[in-house]
Amino acid sequence: MIKNPVKKEQLVKWVLVTFALSSLLFLFLIFIFILFEGLPLFHKIGLKNIILGFKWAPTKGSFGIFPMIVSSFLVTFGALIIGAPMGLSCAIYLAEYSGKRLKMFLKPALELLAGIPSVVYGFLGVVYIVPIIRDYIGGSGFSLLATSIILGIMILPTVISISFDALMSVPKTYREGSFAMGATKWQTIHKVVIPAAKSGILASFILGMGRAIGETMAVIMIAGNALRIPSSILDPLRTLTGNIALELAYATGDHRLGLFSTGIVLLVIIMILNYIANFGIKRKM
Amino acid sequence: MSTKIAISGLRVAFSKNEILKGITIDVHRNTITGFMGPSGSGKTTLISVINRMIDFEENAHIDGEVHIDGHNILDGGQNTVELRRRVGTVFAVPIPLPRSIYENIAYGPRLRGIGDRIMLHYIVEDSLKKAFLWDEVKDRLSMSALKLSGGQQQRLCLARTLALKPEIILLDEPCSGLDPISTAKIEDALSELKKDFTIILVSNNTKQIARITDFSAFFYLGELIEYDTTERLFTKPSVKKTEDYIQGKFG
Amino acid sequence: MRINPRFTNKFVQIGLNLQAFFTVGILVIIVAIICFKGLPYVNFEFIFSYPEDMGRLGGIFPSIVGTILLALLSILFATPLGVGTAIFLTEYTKESKFTKIIRFGVESLAGIPSILYGLFGFIFFVIKLRMGWSLLAGVLTITIMILPTIIRTSEEAIKAVPRNLRIVSYSLSATKWETVTKVVLPSAIPGILTGIMLSVGRAVGETAAVIFTMGSSLRLPTSLFDSGRTMAVHFYILAREGISMEKAYGTALVLVVSILLINVVAYYLMNKAISKYS
Repeated sequence: MIKNPVKKEQLVKWVLVTFALSSLLFLFLIFIFILFEGLPLFHKIGLKNIILGFKWAPTKGSFGIFPMIVSSFLVTFGALIIGAPMGLSCAIYLAEYSGKRLKMFLKPALELLAGIPSVVYGFLGVVYIVPIIRDYIGGSGFSLLATSIILGIMILPTVISISFDALMSVPKTYREGSFAMGATKWQTIHKVVIPAAKSGILASFILGMGRAIGETMAVIMIAGNALRIPSSILDPLRTLTGNIALELAYATGDHRLGLFSTGIVLLVIIMILNYIANFGIKRKM
Repeated sequence: MSTKIAISGLRVAFSKNEILKGITIDVHRNTITGFMGPSGSGKTTLISVINRMIDFEENAHIDGEVHIDGHNILDGGQNTVELRRRVGTVFAVPIPLPRSIYENIAYGPRLRGIGDRIMLHYIVEDSLKKAFLWDEVKDRLSMSALKLSGGQQQRLCLARTLALKPEIILLDEPCSGLDPISTAKIEDALSELKKDFTIILVSNNTKQIARITDFSAFFYLGELIEYDTTERLFTKPSVKKTEDYIQGKFG
Repeated sequence: MRINPRFTNKFVQIGLNLQAFFTVGILVIIVAIICFKGLPYVNFEFIFSYPEDMGRLGGIFPSIVGTILLALLSILFATPLGVGTAIFLTEYTKESKFTKIIRFGVESLAGIPSILYGLFGFIFFVIKLRMGWSLLAGVLTITIMILPTIIRTSEEAIKAVPRNLRIVSYSLSATKWETVTKVVLPSAIPGILTGIMLSVGRAVGETAAVIFTMGSSLRLPTSLFDSGRTMAVHFYILAREGISMEKAYGTALVLVVSILLINVVAYYLMNKAISKYS
């Protein structure tokens, strides 16, 4: 290829390169500043005492966040138990059963769920879900169960839209082949289409997990924020995100550093989940 | 008659696939020269070297020289933007830009900084007249160019090229998708235009080449088989292959 | 006993139907509750007057202004950066290690939860750069947060512009930049606007990243260095601290309706962009 240097073009190119690099710069800054603030405490208190410590009393020198790590995973799996089957069945319905016009209406309607701010979910959880659990099942209502239900709904748009794309990318010939052998529609879907779209569906679950584990405002409104590992689904709990959001506004000194340590743990978990979803799974598709 | 374009020893390969195998040919000023040959003969690649549109193809390897007015345009220092203003192109499929008829024609002149409305009006009208399209569109210049018929779109593309005020016009099978009436209009336009321009017409249609060109070149599998005045090439071809092609025995 | 596959088939179909409508039902119920409960408290005065007594009385005017300022200024910063990045990735380079690294950066930014943006914005803009809780700190944090959305949607919109149009533009002696600005971007605008509208929606609904950077002052922000409160933050504080359920519902209504409208506009633009080339 022959190249022809024109000065203005070169200038434009360099400006655009700078713009493109800004994303990397921001990512770098985020990592550096969260690590820079949070790591010294790991050094001072000890990695083990933070990650595996049970006691969070930052003004008294205890920075154990183990219960929060466990709680974050509990609400995430709770959200998955509720959101994954609901989301997947919606995606199957959209991809395989609904007509074109219904799809045109349903898909944006479902994606609008993603637009509702998380504070609104949290608020409705407090006003409707929490009292129902308190009155009919037990406990204070602020609980793992309530949080899982709300997060389950909140991850629906992620699960639906990525599963839907995965199902739609299964070639038509697969379905035709199955129908030709006399399979019913459902047999075709669960024996042929779902296995073919498996990795995309899995990616949608993992990205849904990423969404749930990172969710903050809805969680602090309905989780109860107790500092221990819940022993039942009706117990209150505090997640990593909740810990940061609840205390950042007034924390100082080591206490604030402890919140950044919490942030580091969260960041690591999120990066691992995103890596699995983006590279580990999609590559196989 | 002087030489406008002098091509010598031109070789073009994509990866390992050699498309042009050493082409040497002189194209004369103010004539219409026809490039013909069956598909795969390399004629489209040849014109994409002349306007350097080949730069947008990946893995193209170019060897040899192409002189326009004695200046080698394959030089590293060649300003391709300036070159493409001097060498206008009309593609096989008409591709109007998604804007009005007027704005399509004015696109090139505006790029050169012509902003004066009277000047632009003049260029648009003049170009459309030369492309034999003016009478059909003069009342609806602000209409989207996409609404024109295929034949009108192709003449629009010709007018758009003329608005650049080029020295050379390359036409890559401009009539391949058109009906006979539209084709006739374009042929009429070209016959008028050769007074002011040097025109290269790539076509698979030997009758069209015979009708309107002054010189004809026959290409086959990346080689120039024969090049002569159209009259001589069509009446007394010196190579058997040329004769067979003209008579429609292959192609 | 073996269950008849035809029976299963019918059964599943009915089940999936119910499931889909149940999910849409959730959306309808959420919107209905907010509208039903909020409508009695939303009127001209509520929207255009200042809050009194921590928000127990009065309106939400400053938080509406705060929301608009935050969203608009973030878009103002993020759009050139995002569209520029998208142009670079699609028009100015071939796929290479370098683009892979940039794409990885964009994907990673997209995956970071908003509370970590809040944490970062707090330590970097508010503390280290001494901006304090301010509109500027909020804007810069949200700019970074919405950047991936704008990059991705712009990239898709630019890629959807047919290659032929670029070729024609070059053949008419346009430079690359002229081709990008005069042919590619005008055709990609509906798609780019979709990304911008979705980002506005995100900025409007965001709380965690805003509350720790922009703060929660109830006053009307008059400079970039003033703290301010967006509707989402105001709603959160009203609801969480039990200040006023009535005002909370009213705020929620204004908030949700704005976001729904923004999203509807985004989908409208997206459909326009899709139908353009198909």
